[in-house]
Amino acid sequence: MLTKRIIPCLDVTEGRVVKGINFVNLKDIGDPVVLARAYSNQGADELVFLDITASSTGRDIMKDLVGKIAKKVFIPFTIGGGLRSVEDIREILRLGADKVSLNSAAVLNPNLIEEAREKFGSQCITVAVDVKKSRKNWDVYIYGGRKKTDWNVLDWITEVQELGAGEILLTSMDQDGTRTGFDIALYQTVEKELGIPVVASGGGGTIQAFKDLFEQTEVDAALAASIFHYDLISLQELKEALIDAGIPVRPLEEGCA
Amino acid sequence: MVLKERFGSKYIGVLDYGAGNLGSICNALEYLGYVPDLIDNPDGITEAKRLIFPGVGSFDMVMTYLNEKGMVDPLREKILDGMPFLGICLGYQVLFESSEESRKSSIRGLAVFKGKVVRFRERKVPQIGWNFAKVNKRPSLLDGGYYYFVNSYYPQPDSEDIALSTTVYGNTEFVSAIEVNDVIATQFHPEKSGGKGLRFLRRWLRC
Repeated sequence: MLTKRIIPCLDVTEGRVVKGINFVNLKDIGDPVVLARAYSNQGADELVFLDITASSTGRDIMKDLVGKIAKKVFIPFTIGGGLRSVEDIREILRLGADKVSLNSAAVLNPNLIEEAREKFGSQCITVAVDVKKSRKNWDVYIYGGRKKTDWNVLDWITEVQELGAGEILLTSMDQDGTRTGFDIALYQTVEKELGIPVVASGGGGTIQAFKDLFEQTEVDAALAASIFHYDLISLQELKEALIDAGIPVRPLEEGCA
Repeated sequence: MVLKERFGSKYIGVLDYGAGNLGSICNALEYLGYVPDLIDNPDGITEAKRLIFPGVGSFDMVMTYLNEKGMVDPLREKILDGMPFLGICLGYQVLFESSEESRKSSIRGLAVFKGKVVRFRERKVPQIGWNFAKVNKRPSLLDGGYYYFVNSYYPQPDSEDIALSTTVYGNTEFVSAIEVNDVIATQFHPEKSGGKGLRFLRRWLRC
Protein backbone atom coordinates (compact mmCIF):
# COMPACT_ATOMS: atom_id res chain seq x y z
CA MET A 1 0.00 0.00 0.00
CA LEU A 2 0.97 3.60 -0.50
CA THR A 3 3.03 4.84 2.44
CA LYS A 4 2.79 8.10 4.34
CA ARG A 5 5.64 10.38 3.35
CA ILE A 6 7.99 12.18 5.72
CA ILE A 7 9.39 15.29 4.06
CA PRO A 8 12.20 17.41 5.51
CA CYS A 9 11.84 21.03 4.44
CA LEU A 10 14.87 23.20 3.84
CA ASP A 11 14.41 26.96 3.82
CA VAL A 12 17.12 28.42 1.62
CA THR A 13 18.47 31.94 1.43
CA GLU A 14 21.65 33.06 -0.34
CA GLY A 15 22.53 29.44 -1.01
CA ARG A 16 22.36 28.35 2.65
CA VAL A 17 19.72 26.45 4.62
CA VAL A 18 18.23 28.47 7.50
CA LYS A 19 15.48 27.99 10.04
CA GLY A 20 13.40 30.47 12.05
CA ILE A 21 10.36 30.38 14.27
CA ASN A 22 7.09 31.81 12.96
CA PHE A 23 8.98 32.90 9.85
CA VAL A 24 11.48 35.16 11.72
CA ASN A 25 14.79 34.89 13.68
CA LEU A 26 16.67 32.93 11.02
CA LYS A 27 19.63 30.69 11.90
CA ASP A 28 22.14 29.16 9.50
CA ILE A 29 21.83 25.36 9.34
CA GLY A 30 24.11 24.27 6.52
CA ASP A 31 24.79 23.53 2.86
CA PRO A 32 21.66 22.50 0.91
CA VAL A 33 23.25 19.72 -1.17
CA VAL A 34 25.04 18.18 1.82
CA LEU A 35 21.88 18.27 3.94
CA ALA A 36 19.75 16.92 1.08
CA ARG A 37 22.04 13.92 0.57
CA ALA A 38 22.15 13.24 4.28
CA TYR A 39 18.35 13.32 4.57
CA SER A 40 17.99 11.11 1.51
CA ASN A 41 20.37 8.55 3.04
CA GLN A 42 18.51 8.72 6.35
CA GLY A 43 15.22 7.77 4.69
CA ALA A 44 13.54 11.05 3.71
CA ASP A 45 10.76 10.26 1.24
CA GLU A 46 10.96 13.61 -0.55
CA LEU A 47 12.53 17.00 0.03
CA VAL A 48 11.16 20.51 -0.21
CA PHE A 49 13.39 23.53 -0.72
CA LEU A 50 11.83 26.92 -0.15
CA ASP A 51 13.67 29.97 -1.41
CA ILE A 52 12.80 32.46 1.28
CA THR A 53 14.71 35.41 -0.16
CA ALA A 54 13.17 35.43 -3.62
CA SER A 55 15.21 38.50 -4.51
CA SER A 56 16.68 38.51 -8.00
CA THR A 57 20.16 37.50 -6.83
CA GLY A 58 18.62 34.91 -4.52
CA ARG A 59 16.72 33.49 -7.51
CA ASP A 60 19.88 32.98 -9.53
CA ILE A 61 21.61 31.26 -6.62
CA MET A 62 18.56 29.03 -6.28
CA LYS A 63 18.58 28.03 -9.95
CA ASP A 64 22.22 27.11 -9.67
CA LEU A 65 21.38 25.06 -6.61
CA VAL A 66 18.52 23.16 -8.29
CA GLY A 67 20.92 21.80 -10.90
CA LYS A 68 23.42 20.75 -8.22
CA ILE A 69 20.76 18.99 -6.15
CA ALA A 70 19.37 17.15 -9.18
CA LYS A 71 22.80 15.68 -9.96
CA LYS A 72 23.32 14.35 -6.45
CA VAL A 73 19.92 13.52 -4.97
CA PHE A 74 17.77 10.68 -6.31
CA ILE A 75 14.54 11.13 -4.43
CA PRO A 76 11.86 13.58 -5.56
CA PHE A 77 12.27 17.20 -4.60
CA THR A 78 10.12 20.30 -4.79
CA ILE A 79 11.23 23.90 -5.23
CA GLY A 80 9.15 26.79 -3.95
CA GLY A 81 9.45 30.48 -3.26
CA GLY A 82 9.25 33.38 -5.65
CA LEU A 83 7.96 31.46 -8.68
CA ARG A 84 5.64 33.83 -10.52
CA SER A 85 5.29 32.72 -14.13
CA VAL A 86 5.06 29.69 -16.37
CA GLU A 87 8.60 30.55 -17.49
CA ASP A 88 9.91 30.45 -13.90
CA ILE A 89 8.28 27.04 -13.47
CA ARG A 90 9.60 25.72 -16.77
CA GLU A 91 13.14 26.68 -15.85
CA ILE A 92 13.04 25.07 -12.39
CA LEU A 93 11.62 21.83 -13.82
CA ARG A 94 14.14 21.85 -16.64
CA LEU A 95 16.95 22.20 -14.11
CA GLY A 96 15.79 18.96 -12.54
CA ALA A 97 13.18 19.67 -9.85
CA ASP A 98 10.30 17.19 -9.79
CA LYS A 99 7.68 19.64 -8.58
CA VAL A 100 7.25 23.32 -7.97
CA SER A 101 5.37 24.83 -5.09
CA LEU A 102 3.33 27.96 -5.73
CA ASN A 103 2.14 30.15 -2.90
CA SER A 104 1.63 33.92 -3.12
CA ALA A 105 1.71 33.88 -6.92
CA ALA A 106 -1.17 31.39 -6.99
CA VAL A 107 -3.34 33.64 -4.82
CA LEU A 108 -2.46 36.76 -6.80
CA ASN A 109 -2.88 35.00 -10.16
CA PRO A 110 -4.90 31.76 -9.87
CA ASN A 111 -4.69 31.25 -13.65
CA LEU A 112 -1.03 30.40 -13.14
CA ILE A 113 -2.10 27.05 -11.63
CA GLU A 114 -4.22 26.26 -14.65
CA GLU A 115 -1.56 27.31 -17.15
CA ALA A 116 1.09 25.30 -15.33
CA ARG A 117 -1.17 22.25 -15.22
CA GLU A 118 -1.74 22.44 -18.96
CA LYS A 119 1.96 22.84 -19.73
CA PHE A 120 3.56 20.48 -17.22
CA GLY A 121 0.81 18.29 -15.74
CA SER A 122 -0.85 18.37 -12.29
CA GLN A 123 1.66 15.96 -10.81
CA CYS A 124 4.38 18.60 -10.68
CA ILE A 125 2.26 21.47 -9.37
CA THR A 126 1.99 21.78 -5.58
CA VAL A 127 0.13 24.72 -4.13
CA ALA A 128 1.42 25.82 -0.73
CA VAL A 129 -1.20 27.34 1.51
CA ASP A 130 -0.25 29.18 4.73
CA VAL A 131 -3.10 29.59 7.17
CA LYS A 132 -3.70 31.15 10.54
CA LYS A 133 -6.63 30.31 12.78
CA SER A 134 -9.31 32.95 13.16
CA ARG A 135 -12.36 32.63 15.40
CA LYS A 136 -14.40 30.34 13.16
CA ASN A 137 -12.06 29.33 10.37
CA TRP A 138 -8.56 29.49 9.00
CA ASP A 139 -7.49 32.50 6.94
CA VAL A 140 -5.06 32.22 4.04
CA TYR A 141 -1.92 34.37 4.20
CA ILE A 142 0.65 35.26 1.56
CA TYR A 143 4.09 36.87 1.38
CA GLY A 144 5.57 34.43 3.89
CA GLY A 145 2.74 35.03 6.32
CA ARG A 146 2.93 38.81 6.28
CA LYS A 147 -0.33 39.56 4.45
CA LYS A 148 -3.81 38.21 5.13
CA THR A 149 -5.97 37.48 2.08
CA ASP A 150 -9.76 37.37 1.73
CA TRP A 151 -9.69 33.59 1.26
CA ASN A 152 -10.64 31.09 3.95
CA VAL A 153 -8.90 27.74 3.74
CA LEU A 154 -11.78 25.60 2.45
CA ASP A 155 -12.75 27.94 -0.36
CA TRP A 156 -9.16 28.37 -1.45
CA ILE A 157 -8.13 24.71 -1.49
CA THR A 158 -11.33 23.80 -3.35
CA GLU A 159 -10.49 26.45 -5.93
CA VAL A 160 -6.89 25.29 -6.14
CA GLN A 161 -7.94 21.70 -6.75
CA GLU A 162 -10.36 22.73 -9.49
CA LEU A 163 -7.66 24.78 -11.20
CA GLY A 164 -5.52 21.65 -11.41
CA ALA A 165 -3.04 21.51 -8.55
CA GLY A 166 -1.67 18.00 -8.00
CA GLU A 167 -1.03 18.36 -4.30
CA ILE A 168 -1.55 20.83 -1.43
CA LEU A 169 1.08 21.74 1.14
CA LEU A 170 -0.96 23.12 4.02
CA THR A 171 0.97 24.98 6.72
CA SER A 172 -0.44 26.07 10.03
CA MET A 173 1.38 29.31 10.80
CA ASP A 174 0.20 29.12 14.40
CA GLN A 175 2.05 25.84 14.84
CA ASP A 176 5.04 26.50 12.58
CA GLY A 177 8.34 26.10 14.40
CA THR A 178 6.68 25.57 17.78
CA ARG A 179 7.10 21.75 17.95
CA THR A 180 3.76 21.52 19.78
CA GLY A 181 1.93 19.23 17.37
CA PHE A 182 0.15 19.56 14.03
CA ASP A 183 -3.19 21.37 13.80
CA ILE A 184 -5.28 18.18 13.65
CA ALA A 185 -8.60 20.05 13.35
CA LEU A 186 -7.34 21.87 10.27
CA TYR A 187 -6.51 18.66 8.39
CA GLN A 188 -9.71 16.94 9.49
CA THR A 189 -11.65 19.91 8.13
CA VAL A 190 -10.00 19.99 4.71
CA GLU A 191 -9.68 16.28 3.95
CA LYS A 192 -13.37 15.84 3.13
CA GLU A 193 -13.03 18.39 0.35
CA LEU A 194 -9.98 17.00 -1.37
CA GLY A 195 -9.31 14.36 -4.01
CA ILE A 196 -5.61 15.22 -4.22
CA PRO A 197 -2.83 14.52 -1.70
CA VAL A 198 -2.34 16.84 1.27
CA VAL A 199 0.99 17.48 2.97
CA ALA A 200 0.67 18.70 6.56
CA SER A 201 3.16 21.22 7.89
CA GLY A 202 3.68 23.21 11.07
CA GLY A 203 4.19 21.83 14.56
CA GLY A 204 5.81 18.44 13.87
CA GLY A 205 8.21 18.59 16.80
CA THR A 206 7.79 15.19 18.43
CA ILE A 207 7.20 11.58 17.42
CA GLN A 208 3.81 11.81 19.10
CA ALA A 209 2.88 14.76 16.84
CA PHE A 210 3.41 12.62 13.71
CA LYS A 211 1.55 9.66 15.24
CA ASP A 212 -1.42 11.85 16.13
CA LEU A 213 -1.43 13.38 12.67
CA PHE A 214 -1.47 10.07 10.79
CA GLU A 215 -3.83 8.34 13.20
CA GLN A 216 -6.39 11.13 13.36
CA THR A 217 -6.35 12.53 9.81
CA GLU A 218 -6.04 11.21 6.26
CA VAL A 219 -3.15 13.44 5.20
CA ASP A 220 -0.68 11.79 2.84
CA ALA A 221 2.52 13.30 4.12
CA ALA A 222 4.06 15.40 6.85
CA LEU A 223 6.66 18.07 6.37
CA ALA A 224 8.99 19.28 9.09
CA ALA A 225 12.21 21.18 9.41
CA SER A 226 13.49 22.04 12.84
CA ILE A 227 13.29 18.59 14.41
CA PHE A 228 15.49 17.14 11.71
CA HIS A 229 17.86 20.10 11.41
CA TYR A 230 18.63 20.17 15.11
CA ASP A 231 18.83 16.37 15.39
CA LEU A 232 16.03 16.38 17.94
CA ILE A 233 14.74 13.20 16.35
CA SER A 234 16.37 11.28 13.52
CA LEU A 235 14.32 10.32 10.52
CA GLN A 236 15.10 6.69 11.23
CA GLU A 237 13.88 6.95 14.82
CA LEU A 238 10.68 8.66 13.68
CA LYS A 239 9.97 6.09 10.99
CA GLU A 240 10.60 3.14 13.30
CA ALA A 241 8.22 4.61 15.87
CA LEU A 242 5.55 5.12 13.21
CA ILE A 243 5.97 1.55 11.92
CA ASP A 244 5.62 0.26 15.50
CA ALA A 245 2.40 2.25 15.77
CA GLY A 246 1.07 0.48 12.66
CA ILE A 247 1.32 3.51 10.37
CA PRO A 248 2.43 2.63 6.83
CA VAL A 249 5.77 4.31 6.15
CA ARG A 250 8.72 3.26 4.02
CA PRO A 251 11.28 1.58 6.26
CA LEU A 252 14.88 2.73 6.05
CA GLU A 253 16.47 -0.70 5.70
CA GLU A 254 14.20 -2.68 3.50
CA GLY A 255 14.53 -6.42 3.01
CA CYS A 256 13.82 -8.20 -0.25
CA ALA A 257 10.26 -9.34 -0.78
CA MET B 1 31.95 10.20 -33.04
CA VAL B 2 35.32 8.60 -32.37
CA LEU B 3 34.70 9.14 -28.71
CA LYS B 4 31.27 7.61 -29.04
CA GLU B 5 32.69 4.48 -30.67
CA ARG B 6 35.48 4.17 -28.17
CA PHE B 7 33.22 4.44 -25.18
CA GLY B 8 30.23 2.93 -26.98
CA SER B 9 29.10 0.73 -24.16
CA LYS B 10 28.87 3.74 -21.89
CA TYR B 11 26.41 5.48 -24.21
CA ILE B 12 22.81 4.80 -23.31
CA GLY B 13 20.04 5.84 -25.67
CA VAL B 14 17.39 8.00 -24.00
CA LEU B 15 14.32 8.65 -26.09
CA ASP B 16 13.71 12.41 -26.35
CA TYR B 17 10.16 13.08 -27.50
CA GLY B 18 9.99 16.78 -26.88
CA ALA B 19 8.38 16.67 -23.45
CA GLY B 20 11.21 18.59 -21.87
CA ASN B 21 12.35 17.22 -18.56
CA LEU B 22 14.65 14.26 -19.22
CA GLY B 23 16.92 15.63 -16.51
CA SER B 24 16.17 13.06 -13.84
CA ILE B 25 17.04 9.97 -15.86
CA CYS B 26 20.07 11.64 -17.46
CA ASN B 27 21.36 12.74 -14.05
CA ALA B 28 20.97 9.19 -12.73
CA LEU B 29 22.83 7.74 -15.74
CA GLU B 30 25.69 10.20 -15.31
CA TYR B 31 25.83 9.51 -11.59
CA LEU B 32 26.23 5.81 -12.41
CA GLY B 33 29.06 6.56 -14.86
CA TYR B 34 27.17 6.39 -18.17
CA VAL B 35 26.55 8.93 -20.91
CA PRO B 36 22.96 9.65 -21.96
CA ASP B 37 22.58 9.83 -25.73
CA LEU B 38 19.35 11.68 -26.55
CA ILE B 39 17.51 10.09 -29.47
CA ASP B 40 14.86 12.00 -31.38
CA ASN B 41 14.79 10.39 -34.85
CA PRO B 42 14.29 6.97 -36.51
CA ASP B 43 18.00 6.53 -37.37
CA GLY B 44 18.93 7.05 -33.75
CA ILE B 45 16.60 4.25 -32.79
CA THR B 46 17.96 1.94 -35.46
CA GLU B 47 21.53 2.56 -34.24
CA ALA B 48 20.78 2.31 -30.52
CA LYS B 49 22.29 -0.61 -28.64
CA ARG B 50 20.26 -0.03 -25.51
CA LEU B 51 17.35 2.31 -24.97
CA ILE B 52 15.50 3.97 -22.12
CA PHE B 53 12.02 5.34 -22.72
CA PRO B 54 11.50 7.81 -19.84
CA GLY B 55 8.13 8.84 -18.52
CA VAL B 56 7.18 12.44 -19.06
CA GLY B 57 4.04 13.86 -20.70
CA SER B 58 0.77 12.30 -21.81
CA PHE B 59 0.01 9.16 -23.84
CA ASP B 60 -1.47 11.13 -26.78
CA MET B 61 1.37 13.64 -26.83
CA VAL B 62 4.10 11.04 -26.97
CA MET B 63 2.40 8.75 -29.49
CA THR B 64 1.53 11.71 -31.74
CA TYR B 65 5.16 12.82 -31.62
CA LEU B 66 6.52 9.34 -32.38
CA ASN B 67 4.06 8.96 -35.27
CA GLU B 68 4.94 12.32 -36.79
CA LYS B 69 8.66 11.56 -36.56
CA GLY B 70 8.23 8.10 -38.10
CA MET B 71 9.67 6.47 -35.00
CA VAL B 72 6.88 4.03 -34.15
CA ASP B 73 7.84 1.20 -36.52
CA PRO B 74 11.62 1.32 -35.91
CA LEU B 75 11.03 1.42 -32.18
CA ARG B 76 8.60 -1.47 -32.25
CA GLU B 77 10.93 -3.52 -34.47
CA LYS B 78 13.97 -2.93 -32.27
CA ILE B 79 12.06 -3.87 -29.14
CA LEU B 80 10.71 -7.06 -30.71
CA ASP B 81 14.17 -7.75 -32.12
CA GLY B 82 15.70 -7.98 -28.64
CA MET B 83 17.42 -4.65 -28.05
CA PRO B 84 17.68 -4.14 -24.26
CA PHE B 85 14.84 -1.75 -23.47
CA LEU B 86 13.79 -0.05 -20.25
CA GLY B 87 10.43 1.74 -20.14
CA ILE B 88 9.64 4.02 -17.20
CA CYS B 89 6.13 5.20 -16.28
CA LEU B 90 4.68 6.49 -19.58
CA GLY B 91 7.46 4.52 -21.30
CA TYR B 92 5.87 1.41 -19.79
CA GLN B 93 2.30 2.40 -20.70
CA VAL B 94 3.03 3.02 -24.40
CA LEU B 95 4.07 -0.63 -24.82
CA PHE B 96 0.36 -1.53 -24.73
CA GLU B 97 -2.39 -1.07 -27.31
CA SER B 98 -4.41 1.86 -26.02
CA SER B 99 -4.98 4.13 -23.01
CA GLU B 100 -7.97 5.62 -21.24
CA GLU B 101 -5.88 8.78 -21.09
CA SER B 102 -6.36 9.22 -24.85
CA ARG B 103 -8.75 11.93 -25.93
CA LYS B 104 -8.87 10.37 -29.41
CA SER B 105 -9.59 6.66 -29.70
CA SER B 106 -7.60 6.58 -32.96
CA ILE B 107 -4.34 7.03 -31.04
CA ARG B 108 -2.73 3.65 -30.50
CA GLY B 109 0.23 2.64 -28.39
CA LEU B 110 3.26 0.69 -29.63
CA ALA B 111 1.25 -2.50 -29.06
CA VAL B 112 4.29 -4.59 -28.23
CA PHE B 113 2.03 -6.28 -25.67
CA LYS B 114 -1.69 -6.91 -25.63
CA GLY B 115 -3.68 -4.94 -23.10
CA LYS B 116 -4.81 -1.42 -22.29
CA VAL B 117 -3.92 1.36 -19.90
CA VAL B 118 -6.67 2.33 -17.45
CA ARG B 119 -7.27 5.06 -14.88
CA PHE B 120 -7.32 4.39 -11.13
CA ARG B 121 -10.82 4.31 -9.68
CA GLU B 122 -9.65 5.49 -6.26
CA ARG B 123 -10.57 8.58 -4.24
CA LYS B 124 -7.19 10.25 -4.59
CA VAL B 125 -5.70 10.35 -8.07
CA PRO B 126 -2.82 10.57 -8.94
CA GLN B 127 -1.09 8.11 -6.70
CA ILE B 128 1.94 10.03 -5.39
CA GLY B 129 4.56 8.45 -3.18
CA TRP B 130 6.41 5.29 -2.21
CA ASN B 131 4.57 2.03 -2.72
CA PHE B 132 5.57 -1.61 -2.45
CA ALA B 133 6.46 -3.63 -5.54
CA LYS B 134 6.04 -7.34 -4.83
CA VAL B 135 8.31 -9.22 -7.22
CA ASN B 136 6.78 -12.40 -8.62
CA LYS B 137 9.64 -13.66 -10.79
CA ARG B 138 13.05 -14.98 -9.86
CA PRO B 139 15.79 -14.39 -10.69
CA SER B 140 15.17 -10.77 -11.58
CA LEU B 141 17.02 -7.49 -11.89
CA LEU B 142 14.39 -5.99 -9.62
CA ASP B 143 14.33 -6.43 -5.86
CA GLY B 144 10.99 -6.27 -4.15
CA GLY B 145 10.46 -3.20 -1.99
CA TYR B 146 9.41 0.42 -2.01
CA TYR B 147 9.68 2.54 -5.14
CA TYR B 148 8.44 6.02 -6.03
CA PHE B 149 5.23 6.28 -8.05
CA VAL B 150 3.45 9.25 -9.63
CA ASN B 151 0.62 7.97 -11.79
CA SER B 152 -3.06 8.28 -12.55
CA TYR B 153 -3.05 5.39 -15.06
CA TYR B 154 -1.63 1.87 -15.13
CA PRO B 155 -1.42 -0.90 -17.75
CA GLN B 156 -3.62 -3.99 -17.61
CA PRO B 157 -1.71 -6.64 -19.59
CA ASP B 158 -3.89 -9.35 -21.17
CA SER B 159 -1.34 -11.96 -20.16
CA GLU B 160 -0.35 -12.24 -16.51
CA ASP B 161 2.78 -14.11 -17.56
CA ILE B 162 4.60 -10.88 -18.36
CA ALA B 163 4.11 -9.42 -14.85
CA LEU B 164 7.35 -8.90 -12.93
CA SER B 165 5.84 -7.15 -9.91
CA THR B 166 2.47 -6.17 -8.52
CA THR B 167 1.50 -3.22 -6.30
CA VAL B 168 -1.61 -2.30 -4.36
CA TYR B 169 -3.04 1.23 -4.39
CA GLY B 170 -6.24 1.63 -2.36
CA ASN B 171 -8.45 -1.23 -3.51
CA THR B 172 -6.60 -1.71 -6.79
CA GLU B 173 -3.88 -4.32 -7.35
CA PHE B 174 -1.97 -3.60 -10.55
CA VAL B 175 1.05 -4.86 -12.49
CA SER B 176 3.76 -2.36 -11.51
CA ALA B 177 6.53 -3.85 -13.69
CA ILE B 178 6.85 -6.30 -16.55
CA GLU B 179 9.77 -8.30 -17.93
CA VAL B 180 9.85 -10.23 -21.18
CA ASN B 181 13.20 -11.28 -22.58
CA ASP B 182 15.14 -8.02 -23.03
CA VAL B 183 12.21 -5.73 -22.32
CA ILE B 184 11.76 -4.46 -18.78
CA ALA B 185 9.35 -1.70 -17.86
CA THR B 186 8.21 -0.15 -14.60
CA GLN B 187 5.32 2.04 -13.55
CA PHE B 188 7.48 3.52 -10.80
CA HIS B 189 10.47 5.83 -11.26
CA PRO B 190 13.74 4.01 -10.44
CA GLU B 191 15.64 7.27 -11.02
CA LYS B 192 13.67 8.78 -8.12
CA SER B 193 13.63 5.75 -5.82
CA GLY B 194 16.82 6.44 -3.89
CA GLY B 195 19.50 3.76 -3.50
CA LYS B 196 17.11 0.95 -4.34
CA GLY B 197 16.15 2.53 -7.64
CA LEU B 198 19.79 3.23 -8.56
CA ARG B 199 20.69 -0.38 -7.77
CA PHE B 200 18.05 -1.60 -10.22
CA LEU B 201 19.27 0.82 -12.90
CA ARG B 202 22.89 -0.24 -12.38
CA ARG B 203 21.99 -3.91 -12.78
CA TRP B 204 20.04 -3.20 -15.93
CA LEU B 205 22.93 -1.17 -17.36
CA ARG B 206 25.36 -4.01 -16.70
CA CYS B 207 23.24 -6.93 -17.87
